[in-house]
Amino acid sequence: MDLEEAARTLKNIPLFSKLEPSKLKLLAFASDQLIFDDGEVIFSTGDRADSAYFIESGEAEVFVDFDDKHVKVNHLGPHDLFGEMALFLSTGRSAIVIAKGDLKVMKLDGSMFLKMVTENPDAALGVMTVLSEKLVSTSQSLANKS
Amino acid sequence: MDTTLFKFIWRYSKTQQITLLLVTLVSFPFLYFSLDLPKIIINQAIGGSEFPKPVLGYDLEQIEYLLVLSFAFLALVLINGGFKFWINVFRGRLGERMLRRLRYILYGRVLRFPLPQFRKTSQGEIIAMVTAEVEPLGGYIGEALSLPAFQGGTLLTIIGFIMVQNPILGVAAIALYPIQMYIIPKLQRKINLLGKERVQAVRRLSEQIGESVSGAQEIHVHDTSAYARAHISLWLAKIYDIRYEIYRRKFFIKFLNNFIAQVTPFLFYSIGGVLVIKGHLSFGALVAVLAAYKDLSAPWKELLAHYQVAADARIKYDQLIEQFQPARMLPEEQQLGGPETFPALDGDIEISNVIVEDEDGFKSLDSANAIIPIKGSTAILGSSESGRDDLARLIARLTLHDKGTVKLAGSDISDVHEGLLGRRTAYVDQNAFVFSGTIRENIFYGLQHRPLAGLDGSSEEELLRDAAIKEAVLAGNSIDDPLADWIDFAGVGLTDKEQVEAHINDILNACGLRRDLREFGLQSSVQISRYPGLEDAILKARQELLSRLDDPKIARLVEPFDRDKFNSNMTVGENILMGTPVGPEFDLHNLGRNSYILSVLNKTNLYHQFLETGGKVAGMMIELFKDLPPGHEFFEQYSFIQSDDLPEFQQILRRAETQGLDGLSEEDKTQLLSLPFMLIPDRHRLGLADKDIRSKLVAARKIFADDLPDNLKDAIEFYDVDRYNAAASVQDNILFGKIAHGRAQARKEIGQVIDDVLEKLNLDQTLIDLGLDMPVGIAGGRLSSAQRQKICLARAMIKNPDLLILNDPLSALDRKTQEALMGDVIERFKGRGLIWVLNQPELASRFDRVLVMEEGRIVEQGTTEQLAKAGSRYHALAIA
Repeated sequence: MDLEEAARTLKNIPLFSKLEPSKLKLLAFASDQLIFDDGEVIFSTGDRADSAYFIESGEAEVFVDFDDKHVKVNHLGPHDLFGEMALFLSTGRSAIVIAKGDLKVMKLDGSMFLKMVTENPDAALGVMTVLSEKLVSTSQSLANKS
Repeated sequence: MDTTLFKFIWRYSKTQQITLLLVTLVSFPFLYFSLDLPKIIINQAIGGSEFPKPVLGYDLEQIEYLLVLSFAFLALVLINGGFKFWINVFRGRLGERMLRRLRYILYGRVLRFPLPQFRKTSQGEIIAMVTAEVEPLGGYIGEALSLPAFQGGTLLTIIGFIMVQNPILGVAAIALYPIQMYIIPKLQRKINLLGKERVQAVRRLSEQIGESVSGAQEIHVHDTSAYARAHISLWLAKIYDIRYEIYRRKFFIKFLNNFIAQVTPFLFYSIGGVLVIKGHLSFGALVAVLAAYKDLSAPWKELLAHYQVAADARIKYDQLIEQFQPARMLPEEQQLGGPETFPALDGDIEISNVIVEDEDGFKSLDSANAIIPIKGSTAILGSSESGRDDLARLIARLTLHDKGTVKLAGSDISDVHEGLLGRRTAYVDQNAFVFSGTIRENIFYGLQHRPLAGLDGSSEEELLRDAAIKEAVLAGNSIDDPLADWIDFAGVGLTDKEQVEAHINDILNACGLRRDLREFGLQSSVQISRYPGLEDAILKARQELLSRLDDPKIARLVEPFDRDKFNSNMTVGENILMGTPVGPEFDLHNLGRNSYILSVLNKTNLYHQFLETGGKVAGMMIELFKDLPPGHEFFEQYSFIQSDDLPEFQQILRRAETQGLDGLSEEDKTQLLSLPFMLIPDRHRLGLADKDIRSKLVAARKIFADDLPDNLKDAIEFYDVDRYNAAASVQDNILFGKIAHGRAQARKEIGQVIDDVLEKLNLDQTLIDLGLDMPVGIAGGRLSSAQRQKICLARAMIKNPDLLILNDPLSALDRKTQEALMGDVIERFKGRGLIWVLNQPELASRFDRVLVMEEGRIVEQGTTEQLAKAGSRYHALAIA
């Protein structure tokens, strides 16, 4: 996949749908393609957050620690973005993400990601929407479990 | 130290000074003859008439007589020159020897300074004094006696000559000398005082500069460079003012001297003229006297100048004496010499009524009383102002007490030889100082009390060493061989190699250094020849690792170097080189400029492809980075083109649009060509990724290696699976490949595989050895503060001291490690003495005894059980 193609793929992220192609290319250029096997941990609770992840292909599951147990709170599939929340909050990771089957992701550089968001009003609004949605879905999912 | 410079000179160079004087005296007759001979040649040989003349029993005709005299003159010139040469060399050597002696004395005194002195005298001042300030003294000492003797002698001879011609004129010639001798010292005295001030100002300047260097970090952090500049400027101004004043006065003296020198001819013209006119003096005699007077002024000036230099030297010496005679300096006999061995320490440390007071009257220890048995472990508790640091330092004799007594195993601690403390005790605190050198040298540092064995046999080195010793004796310097073996394992009870190794390993374990050293060993690039057997071991590890790549889970973590395959985790440049560049020739950034590399590209038809890719990469870089502000961190992190160069590449591409890539100038092409070498095609996705190009790159790699000219062979170390690569680190040598960038945990996982391989092949010890040889950098700059502290603890423990005094020595370590290491040290020192100043009172229960300090006093002491009852201060601090 060359850079143009990678940039086009990134356009699938709702946050960045209105970003100029050259910005998407920069984001893609500053990213690494990583492969994970089934069951491999992408990151765990408390890890330092320096990047966001975008799923090119495959699936992953998100767990949080709740009452000393792993509780599954989300299921991620192709073209899903994850790990960006900790970037905004500059906290450590608040969840564990584990690959389900073969997983191919783009690891987006954290500071580059933030730059794209902060310099583009559309993206900034998108962030609020996404975060609110996530908050709602996580709360609901927790409510259902307990 | 001798109280005056003259005493110093006399004591250490009496014979040489007298020799110099005698030779000077012997030289005078020759000088006189050489002055006299021209007169004889002119008057008697050229202008004479009575020939033949008898010379040494031969009758000589005029020409022969002239030639004999002329050759005699030539011989005298040579003899005089010879005398001068010998005297100058002798003087110079004498001066340098005395300078060497003086510096050595001063350094020796610094080593005996009481430590609080270093609060008053900064490092910068001491360095300035021992190096720059004493330098002129060497020159002066060489000529201290011989110059006035020589010039004075010349002066007297000439005055005598004038006196013979006419006593009145003789008196006139020196009539003004008394005035000069009276006025000039008076003027000079003021200059001397200014000189003193100047020396002090320069010292303060060195101190300020030294402080700025040590505190450079703080200056940056707090943006105080303007403040620092202002302060330096202040001292520069002071020095300027002083120097200006010195110049004014100095040149005034010169003016006065010149004036007086010209007043004398005035007397000659007037008085002498009257005498000639009246017929009391012949005209010829007046001319002779005037000529002689001219010769008189040179030695007189030299004498006056010498007087100034002497005055200057005296001041410098006096100032050195002042600075290098602090109160309570350690007596020399307590540091030098001493017995071969010192008895083991046993008994008690008795501290009675000890007061330690600073200049302002603050008492850090105030009537402290304690009896601490040397055997067993003791914790000292108290706040940081309680005096606990000074108590620990008192026992190590680093803090000196002002009143009271401190006894160590029955002897007054003030009187014991430093050897007893240095070999039987050890002290470590947070300020972990490491010397530049290797970690090994730092750990063994404390075992070097005296040279064990120097060179053996009568080799050339030995002879050189003999000569060096002779010279050292003449200059009163140390005659110990610094290159001898100094590390005294026998002194700490280790007699054979196995014992030594076991001891070192034991200490490294105890100080938690093994992991650090192993990592240093892995990261180091070593001269393989220094470690016999290492090459084989590393190659074995490499093979072992390669064999593990059969496991696909491991294989995907690393891509081994293979001369026949394109390595997709390496840059294009690295793929062509397939080796580690040595020096700048094949540095990745220089490849586009390298003519040999370009010839390889031409041979493989890659040149055009590279140029095109270069253009494409440049275009992409401009598109991606043009909107970023110059100097943005992303340039450093991601861009192939730095922000400053971006506009230049923009212009190159514009030119390429009109002229085509091939129409560009060579310089433009070079710029574009430099870019593709930095690409990792799969990762950067900017081109050069197709299969055809990969095989061309592999072909280029072969041609690069096969055709490499001889003069470039040293510029690269090829990856060869059967050879150790001396330009790469040990870890890279074992890995022999590139870590795959597509797997997130690859680095960590491959690290575990390497650990596993090392363990299987028993290479841990080898790596630790390599790690021990790592240079620590200036003041340990390459180490973390935790590592520095661990090294200092190891340095103390390797001595096997009877008494180990630890003043919060592991403060830079995390708490858990601190506690673990503490437990280990306590265990090891069972049956010996251990005193630990504790920052965590709750750990005190691990010790046999506790001392609780408050306001400079020891308020509680006893076993932990005795003190553990409610209501005690110990209970309040450690248990409650």
